[in-house]
Amino acid sequence: MPKRTDLSSILIIGAGPIIIGQACEFDYSGTQAVKALKAEGYRIVLVNSNPATIMTDPDLADATYIEPITPEIVAKIIAKERPDAILPTMGGQTALNTALALHRDGTLKKYNVELIGADAEAIDKAEDRLKFRDAMDKIGLESPRSQIAHSLEEAMIALDFVGLPTIIRPSFTMGGTGGGIAYNKEEFARIVATGLDASPTTEVLVEESVLGWKEYEMEVVRDRADNAIIVCSIENVDPMGVHTGDSITVAPALTLTDKEYQIMRNASIACLREIGVETGGSNVQFAVNPKDGRLLVIEMNPRVSRSSALASKATGFPIAKVAALLAVGYTLDEVMNDITGATPASFEPTIDYVVTKIPRFAFEKFKGSEPLLSTAMKSVGEVMAIGRNFQESVQKALRGLETGLTGFDEVEALVGASHEEIEAELSRATPDRLRVAAQALREGMSVERIHDIAKFEPWYLRQIEELIAIEASIRAGGLPLGPNGFRRLKAKGFSDARLATLTGQTEAAVATARRALDVRPVFKRIDTCAGEFTAKTPYMYSTYEAPSFGIPDCESEPSAATKIVILGGGPNRIGQGIEFDYCCCHACFALNDAGYETIMINCNPETVSTDYDTSDRLYFEPLTAEDVLEVLHKEMQNGKLAGVIVQLGGQTPLKLAGALEAAGIPILGTAPDNIDLAEDRERFAALIERLGLKQPENGIARNRDEAIAVAARIGYPVLMRPSYVLGGRAMEIVETPAQLDIYIREAVVVSGDSPVLIDRYLRDAIEVDVDAVADDETVYVAGVLQHIEEAGVHSGDSACSLPPYSLEAPIIAEIERQTAVLARALNVRGLMNIQFAVKDDEVYLIEVNPRASRTVPFTAKATGIQVAKIASRVMAGEALSSFDLSPRGVGRHIAVKEAVFPFARFPGVDPVLGPEMKSTGEVMGIDGDFATAFAKAQLGAGSVLPEAGNVFVSVKDSDKPLIVAAMRDLITMGFTIIATDGTARVLEAAGVPVALVNKVAEGRPHIVDRIKDRDIALIFNTTEGVQSLKDSASIRTAALYGRVPYFTTAAASIASVAAIAALRRRPLEVRPLQDYHLQSKAQA
Amino acid sequence: MAAVPAPAQPKGATGVLVLADGSVVWGQGFGAEGVAVGEVCFNTAMTGYQEVISDPSYAGQIITFTFPHIGNVGSNIEDIESPNPHALGCVVREAITPAANFRSDRNFDDWMRAWGRIGISGVDTRALTKRIRMGGAPNAVIAHNRVGDFDIKNLVSQARGWPGLEGMDLASVISTTQNYSWDDGLWTLQNGYAVHSANPTGPHVVAVDYGMKRNILRNLVAAGARVTVVPAMASYEEIMSLKPDGIFLSNGPGDPAATGVYAVPVIQALLNGGIPLFGICLGHQLLGLAVGAKTVKMQQGHRGANHPVKRLSDGRVEITSMNHGFAVETATLPDTARPTHISLFDGSLAGLELTDKPAFSVQYHPEASPGPQDSIYLFEKFVKGL
Repeated sequence: MPKRTDLSSILIIGAGPIIIGQACEFDYSGTQAVKALKAEGYRIVLVNSNPATIMTDPDLADATYIEPITPEIVAKIIAKERPDAILPTMGGQTALNTALALHRDGTLKKYNVELIGADAEAIDKAEDRLKFRDAMDKIGLESPRSQIAHSLEEAMIALDFVGLPTIIRPSFTMGGTGGGIAYNKEEFARIVATGLDASPTTEVLVEESVLGWKEYEMEVVRDRADNAIIVCSIENVDPMGVHTGDSITVAPALTLTDKEYQIMRNASIACLREIGVETGGSNVQFAVNPKDGRLLVIEMNPRVSRSSALASKATGFPIAKVAALLAVGYTLDEVMNDITGATPASFEPTIDYVVTKIPRFAFEKFKGSEPLLSTAMKSVGEVMAIGRNFQESVQKALRGLETGLTGFDEVEALVGASHEEIEAELSRATPDRLRVAAQALREGMSVERIHDIAKFEPWYLRQIEELIAIEASIRAGGLPLGPNGFRRLKAKGFSDARLATLTGQTEAAVATARRALDVRPVFKRIDTCAGEFTAKTPYMYSTYEAPSFGIPDCESEPSAATKIVILGGGPNRIGQGIEFDYCCCHACFALNDAGYETIMINCNPETVSTDYDTSDRLYFEPLTAEDVLEVLHKEMQNGKLAGVIVQLGGQTPLKLAGALEAAGIPILGTAPDNIDLAEDRERFAALIERLGLKQPENGIARNRDEAIAVAARIGYPVLMRPSYVLGGRAMEIVETPAQLDIYIREAVVVSGDSPVLIDRYLRDAIEVDVDAVADDETVYVAGVLQHIEEAGVHSGDSACSLPPYSLEAPIIAEIERQTAVLARALNVRGLMNIQFAVKDDEVYLIEVNPRASRTVPFTAKATGIQVAKIASRVMAGEALSSFDLSPRGVGRHIAVKEAVFPFARFPGVDPVLGPEMKSTGEVMGIDGDFATAFAKAQLGAGSVLPEAGNVFVSVKDSDKPLIVAAMRDLITMGFTIIATDGTARVLEAAGVPVALVNKVAEGRPHIVDRIKDRDIALIFNTTEGVQSLKDSASIRTAALYGRVPYFTTAAASIASVAAIAALRRRPLEVRPLQDYHLQSKAQA
Repeated sequence: MAAVPAPAQPKGATGVLVLADGSVVWGQGFGAEGVAVGEVCFNTAMTGYQEVISDPSYAGQIITFTFPHIGNVGSNIEDIESPNPHALGCVVREAITPAANFRSDRNFDDWMRAWGRIGISGVDTRALTKRIRMGGAPNAVIAHNRVGDFDIKNLVSQARGWPGLEGMDLASVISTTQNYSWDDGLWTLQNGYAVHSANPTGPHVVAVDYGMKRNILRNLVAAGARVTVVPAMASYEEIMSLKPDGIFLSNGPGDPAATGVYAVPVIQALLNGGIPLFGICLGHQLLGLAVGAKTVKMQQGHRGANHPVKRLSDGRVEITSMNHGFAVETATLPDTARPTHISLFDGSLAGLELTDKPAFSVQYHPEASPGPQDSIYLFEKFVKGL
């Protein structure tokens, strides 16, 4: 069937900010969808509040709305753009829920908009637990015994039917938010309560536990002629009970006979048909009893998912692109397979390698959270690795994680431990459990025993057992002396670094010995067809092969072109995510335009950078010195390597700069030594002094006593941090010597190699971020971003405004001047980010990073200037002055960035902001004035500002005078102010009517009771000192779970009052980014 | 592709694949020891190695599995497609592991040994596949010797001396020697095979065994037929004496033109008698030959479980299991035969039906096992039409 001609305009809904359970995989899918449908001639309207996405690049869609993704706002976009259809299957749960809401409230009918990809009925059937189970019953597929409950009472009845342990799954939440596994009644009641709360329909499914069963996923694509294919099967190494997003998984499934596999295949397709997913991709999850093969359907997602991204990268089959084309009426046989260029997409990819995915976690960022995995997803990123066998694949994945592992490193805490201790650890589903299993094997525990406790399929354990045995023999007998033995060892995935540890040598010595034997990896292609057809697309991975035909067969075929290699950012983590991937993608686009061959190396399956059509050539490899140098070695055998870009992918590639330089590899842009100079406190302080710039007083300490001395000299409070960090890891504001002691003892390892940095903490200073591009002649300040939270909140967690909303022109001029001076002094060639603090009209320099920053995409979206693209070409040698840098579009519009936090995923953690970064993502609000832009940013971040009700205020003394005016405004708008004693007195004295409420310590009913009673609409709560912070933690937690908007700084509180006023003045309006940019240009 | 000088035997090499062009591929032997000569093909299925190796159509062939981990689910007594093995052996990337599946009763390695099949692991199977893709399926010797004692020169000459599959009739060699009736149905997880489940009053299908996969018989029974299997060389009279309601022509190995020498006259007689007829794979090729079409040997063949086929009647795509190295040339079909299915990989003929007789056939394997079961409807279509 050809494409539909009755549609001309299609609205694609994005997934919004990066949150746990919904990350860059939806930028990957949305970008593919926009590109594919635009190429088909449709007019594409896009809405996504996340500015760090490639899909919101203004040259991609025809009209790009960076607006909050709420039914109300999307309805406005529909009213304005009048699309013929909405494609709701590319933007995760956010898009599905929004589309369903627009269907239910009649908007779609009113504007005659059709849902394509999945209709409302199918979405509802798949997402509503009860309807889904009924549907499965109807087609004879078993699902776990379960019952729906809408209240605790109903849940208790359900429990009687289902029995303990029980899985609680809230309806309509993504990543299993609010769900969990209960082993006793008390736990059950608690999880049911949070689950009911998290579900927008106050509904949970109480379900039979299939803990310990094997878990599988099937990625299915179906077209409207009812053709259906399985793109990929995925087997979880972690058994049922750990969310699939938190599980180590392999593709394809390795422990199913064909008979079982075909049952699963038939069931998957039957499931899509019954649910009514007419076109596009879906995934179906199964649990299989390892004892008898009994198969249960767990759930299905009637949309592109994280697993589809994984399956796409694992097979080379672009699910999102194909799904988008199917949604407009094509059938699978009408869509070509880009990889072969000769066969249609209507086939099932077959692969000749093993793919392993390992999730990455951030528990260390959330003090008080336990690193335990359950049915609610907690991971913030993932790494994927490809090898010709499981051992190679899993070991590549472990080192690609960048958590310091080089393979199955020893679990130090369990070396020599008793079997009881090891068994206790194995029984806990922790992120490290597979490594614990490896350690258990080292300690002599049997595969059977480990399987009994942890339920890992014995096949995987035996594979690891073999690796452990090989490690022992290397420790005892050293490395193989001949090439064949060495190659066999490398074929099992051992890194040079791991071999170095095992043999007590340096990594360099192992690498030298290996290369002396000419043991080098070869590169094989990911071709969707296991070599049956020639692959046209250079999408590759490394492996070690036997020289079966004389020499090991390499398929890399490096071209004769002049090439630039861009190193990606690896797995997402807090502090390093989609923003850096955005920069890497832009480098690919820009350098391709400039005529270079672009080569991407990355190992993150969620990203746009690992799409085979983003760069000219793609190597899916861990970002370690060994793996990267081997790619470069191969690429340098033909053509000319102009250089490698390490400044765009965050800290990951930067860390490789030394090894690359040592190997004589040219690095483009600012010299690594100058990057290092900016990171090295002592060298940098000397430079600052020479330039006559001002820094907060600071010092450096290599042990506890030095730290106490430095802090005494500077004066408390001080800001403590280890050197070389990204995302403010282990940063803390320390108020007293006693606290400093605790910090040194617990938070960091302080040594000569890793000193701790101590800065005077500038209380109540305004923080400013600057993004700039420079070369030897020109410095271009792309954006000055004023933070809304005061200094002390990590810049990545702070809301900010571009242009600055309250800074005076002379201050901005001074900031720009200092930026230029620093760019010159550091010989910056490319991007640079500087953080300043402004206090009492004095500009202090906080930090300089001559590399891409998290704010680059936001700056680009706000100003319309493609900063990363320009910087990439400057790095490659073009003059900055040759680009059109017409004045940025300030004046008529203002953009506000707001951060989004995963606190709800970490019960027990105080949801407060500080110098350590905790946000997973961001949104942008853009409008004509600051207050409205701020309101949009809040809405986009999921915080709905009230238009009436009780506002609770409890602020520290220094904030009290600052907030009076804002509180008066609230009264004028009809709000009621409720305050604790101290704050109330100040407000009353200023003539603001206020009602008193007890602090938690002052007896009940207190403020937390009021919040829980849903009596409070908005909260302003700022604290000073540790005690006050501790006392108020329950307020923040109650607000978080009660979804009450709360602000923990005076500045943000005041901004939110202005935003409420703006919302009351006029309804929010929507406008595409292209309009803002046009206007900026016109104004210029 | 020119052969490179034979590399020296690496330490510990206990298996070898010697191609007729003199290429020597070393590895570790598993399964049975010995030497076998045949054609090297590749199969891209990721599951079902046991079914593949026990598929009689692989007679005379050495199978290269493109998926690196083969043997991980071990072996069992159910997942076999014939009582006797026919593939000569297999070439795999990874060493054979202990079995990881509740259905397994024996490791794959032991199963191969018990069946007298030779295996080699440790081979860059992707490089071998590329060679087949570019140069066609080579003749070769596969050898396994536990102490690594190989006379390479002799193996090369054995490989060169083998005449190749073209012109070779294998069906008569491996076919059943006497008639038997079949009454088992399909496999389910709970109950295994539906033994003795044939409908005693169902239409009677006589299935000519050119190298039949058992799942074909199970599907015929499941579709409601009574089935009698007859040898490849059964005469028209012998077949008709069984009073068939329909005739099934099975899959099988070798060159259809060679088998056609004795099979085609029988099929032509059956067609003339107007009896409904259904053919699969070799059976499809023989039907093609019987109506005057020509068959041709393909460069690399189709072997895998992911092959898309378009059903021309309504444009639907079936994902199919395939295993064939010869094909019926579409251009040579007579006016009385029309294509019903084509391969979406290369446009080759995947199914045909006669316009003047109740006969149809497919090149692929609707019985699956291994592979997708999208095309099982064909058995119902056949049996319902009787």
